[in-house]
Amino acid sequence: MLLLFSFILVPFIFGVLSFFSGSNAKRIALTGSCISLVLSLCLITQFCEHPGQELQHSVSWIPAIGASLSLSAGAAAAILVLLTAIIFPLIFIAQWKRPIENPSRFYGLMLLSQAGLMGVFLAHDLLLFYFFWELALIPVYFLCSLWGGEKRIRVTFKFFIYTFLGSLIMLAAIIWLYIQTPTRSFDYATILQTGQSLSFGMQQIFFWMLFIAFAIKMPLFPFHTWQPDTYEQSATPVTIVLSAIMVKMGLFAAYKWLLPVLPEGAAYWSQTVMILSVTGIIYASLLAMVQSDLKRIVAYSSIAHVGLMSLGLFADTPVATNGFIFQMFNHGINITGMWLIVSMIEDRYKTRDLKALGGMSGAAPAIAISLVIMAFASIGLPLTNGFIGEFMLFLGVFQSANPNHIAFMVIAGLGIILGAIYTLNMVQKVAYGTAKTTLQIEKIRPGELFCLVIIIVIIIVLGVYPKLLLGLIG
Amino acid sequence: MKPLIASTLSGILMMFLALWVRDKSRVSNLALGLLAIVLGIDIWSLTEVLQQDSVQHLFSGMLVYDSFSLWFFTLMTAATLLYVLLCRKHIERVGQHVAEYYALIFFILSAINLLAGYGNLLILFLGIEIISIPQYVLAGSDKRNLKSSEASLKYFLMGSFSTGFLLMGIALLYGATGTFDVASLNLGSNGNGINMLALTGIILLIVALGFKVSAAPMHFWTPDVYDGAPTPFTALMATIIKVALFVAFIRLFMNGFGLVNEHWKMVIAVVTALTLLIGNITAVFQQSVKRMLAYSSISQAGFMLFAVLANNAFGLKSIIIYSVAYTLATIGMFTILMKLKDYTYDGFNGLAKKDPMLALFGAIFIFSLAGIPLTAGFFAKWYVLTSVLEYDNNLLWLVLFALIMAVVSVFYYFKVIIAMYFKPGDTAIAHPVSAADRFYLGLTAALVLLIGAMPNLLLYLITQL
Repeated sequence: MLLLFSFILVPFIFGVLSFFSGSNAKRIALTGSCISLVLSLCLITQFCEHPGQELQHSVSWIPAIGASLSLSAGAAAAILVLLTAIIFPLIFIAQWKRPIENPSRFYGLMLLSQAGLMGVFLAHDLLLFYFFWELALIPVYFLCSLWGGEKRIRVTFKFFIYTFLGSLIMLAAIIWLYIQTPTRSFDYATILQTGQSLSFGMQQIFFWMLFIAFAIKMPLFPFHTWQPDTYEQSATPVTIVLSAIMVKMGLFAAYKWLLPVLPEGAAYWSQTVMILSVTGIIYASLLAMVQSDLKRIVAYSSIAHVGLMSLGLFADTPVATNGFIFQMFNHGINITGMWLIVSMIEDRYKTRDLKALGGMSGAAPAIAISLVIMAFASIGLPLTNGFIGEFMLFLGVFQSANPNHIAFMVIAGLGIILGAIYTLNMVQKVAYGTAKTTLQIEKIRPGELFCLVIIIVIIIVLGVYPKLLLGLIG
Repeated sequence: MKPLIASTLSGILMMFLALWVRDKSRVSNLALGLLAIVLGIDIWSLTEVLQQDSVQHLFSGMLVYDSFSLWFFTLMTAATLLYVLLCRKHIERVGQHVAEYYALIFFILSAINLLAGYGNLLILFLGIEIISIPQYVLAGSDKRNLKSSEASLKYFLMGSFSTGFLLMGIALLYGATGTFDVASLNLGSNGNGINMLALTGIILLIVALGFKVSAAPMHFWTPDVYDGAPTPFTALMATIIKVALFVAFIRLFMNGFGLVNEHWKMVIAVVTALTLLIGNITAVFQQSVKRMLAYSSISQAGFMLFAVLANNAFGLKSIIIYSVAYTLATIGMFTILMKLKDYTYDGFNGLAKKDPMLALFGAIFIFSLAGIPLTAGFFAKWYVLTSVLEYDNNLLWLVLFALIMAVVSVFYYFKVIIAMYFKPGDTAIAHPVSAADRFYLGLTAALVLLIGAMPNLLLYLITQL
């Protein structure tokens, strides 16, 4: 099953090559990311034939402590691998014509971060998972600090410290869990067995130690304070990596390493997590309504979407879990589309302030129409993939055994309405109204059009025929 | 025994060499040659012991060389060899008497041998004194610098004071048990608890050894001494010597006092927590990278104290990995520091633009010190923390505290990375980096990454223990 290793090796090798390629870096990067895309489609076709399976491959790494290079792709991991493989080429194509300082470093770091992110989704060995969890962070730290807004160094440092704190608390839990294993191994099956056999009290402690790391990464209210600043200050291609893919690290880790390993602890605390999730939805939506910076609006909307996904995950019903997996993919695609448009607006209007924008439908109609479609997908209008995902999540929460499930549904529904308010407000201020700028606004470029068309096609196809992805879950 | 004789004779030889050899660079070359010979003799001795699977008892048990001691000494000789390869030009620049500096370094090496293989408390005392007195001289060897003399005097006074504690502790232990031999102390072996006299002796020994490894609250000499001493000797003191003293610490407490550890466990745990707290918090406020590295060595000592706390064979393995990881990263970082003119953080500004290779090596060393995976430092931290939890689940609070302090450490470690990569500036490089320097720094960085990716290479060696 060399296929699984190639997902990490291909971006890594192309990333290292990019560092030495000077101005050719973007071609090498695009080639590497397209190869990853082809490989991920191969992986997905395996799932089309045999849905619900799990591919695994393991190579010995440190036998003395029971760690192995063990990779596994279940349906959820394969879908997230596909998501990552789709998004990186889109970022590179949209970035093609835009000049960037130090391109070789930029593309090299982007591909290294792709390798790290793939590793997090595929790791089946707890130590390997922790390795990739941290390693995905290092290239992103450099990416955020070298390119971006004026306050980026301080903001990225806060992001790094916050995430690192969570990771180290997780490391303490990992070491302690390892000590509890009978055979001293980091293998998933052993960890699963050990975790499930822990006493209720221990499960609760472990739950919080692991959950804090994932909650900081998602981010979940109240651990989200690093996110709006970091998204705002980073360069938009990097924001896409952070928002579309790194968020899924936290969600997927909760799905794979938290709920199955500590079922009783998770069941006991799921009520609390669900309360935090819906609070996050409302809180983020309210804040999004008063923002005037385009990137901050999308950043807060991302917190709201993540709140809904974590609500579904902790509802722990089959429909909710399937909806969660589906919505992870959808959110990645939709938010990428949104960020791409934000970067196009930023590029052309040289500002992200809502008060200075307007009238884009006259100047660049294609971008405006795409913005409207992305907004509909973000709100979850029928015909878009967002609708299917949200519907499944709501249904799943309704079916859950939690006594307050109706309350959660109602509050989350309120969040959807608030989401519609700030998103449509943003669309109206940006795309319609009178143009306030005197700059010459360039129409959409072929590369950008290509990216947006791909995303719109995925939004509509999955909105109409979601079985394409749901069928893989089995 | 052969390595001990080899390193001592090399030291004596280097001392007399000063009479005939005038050229400093030739002296360095001769020192390197002698180090290589000592390393060869180490490996020879080690393979002998491994083949016979035996333990050498010499001088009726005063020296006990098992495979662990010989392994450790081989690693230390190799580390000293790497250290001289990296820092030779800077050692030559410190003063006139280069051959004498090398002679003192060889004597320190023979003391490390004693500390790795002692079976008798008097040999422990001997080893500690032989390792300390050359350090007093080396710390003060930059005679034109007043800070260097201050460092030397402070170190001498504090060090002698702590040796007093050591001797008192040994005397009390002798009074309680009637022997100096570590293996026959028999504390707690009959299940009948511990003599108050012996316990007081143990506490005094904790204080004395704590002084030597700069554990809080006995660490107050470290920043001034490390800051005032000439930088190449600071690198030696902070890494190789500190690590050797830790091994002495562990051997004593595991072999001698292992059975009574409910009595001293809490003391060491509190000392560890204090060391981590003071080392990390104070380091955040430093302006000079050299002083920051001094406080960083205090906080890393806090992590190494975990291995003492662990009191099991896993702890021994973990101290070996920690010593290798910490030594490589810190010597590398000091080497880079020595090339710059300005020792403050601003002195690193823009290093990535001026010399990207040096900045990359610096980044790797910093990541290793901070404990980022894929560097040796991560596995080092992982090992020491696991060894403690393996021993006692109740110390989870200490492990969590250590990890939170590790987050604090990122604050000051990453200031270097931020200066190198993200701040514009023109670093003033005082001493140009030669191709040989780059090669050895690259070798060090490659070792850090190699051990970080495949620690089983080093672990495989250790499982021979």
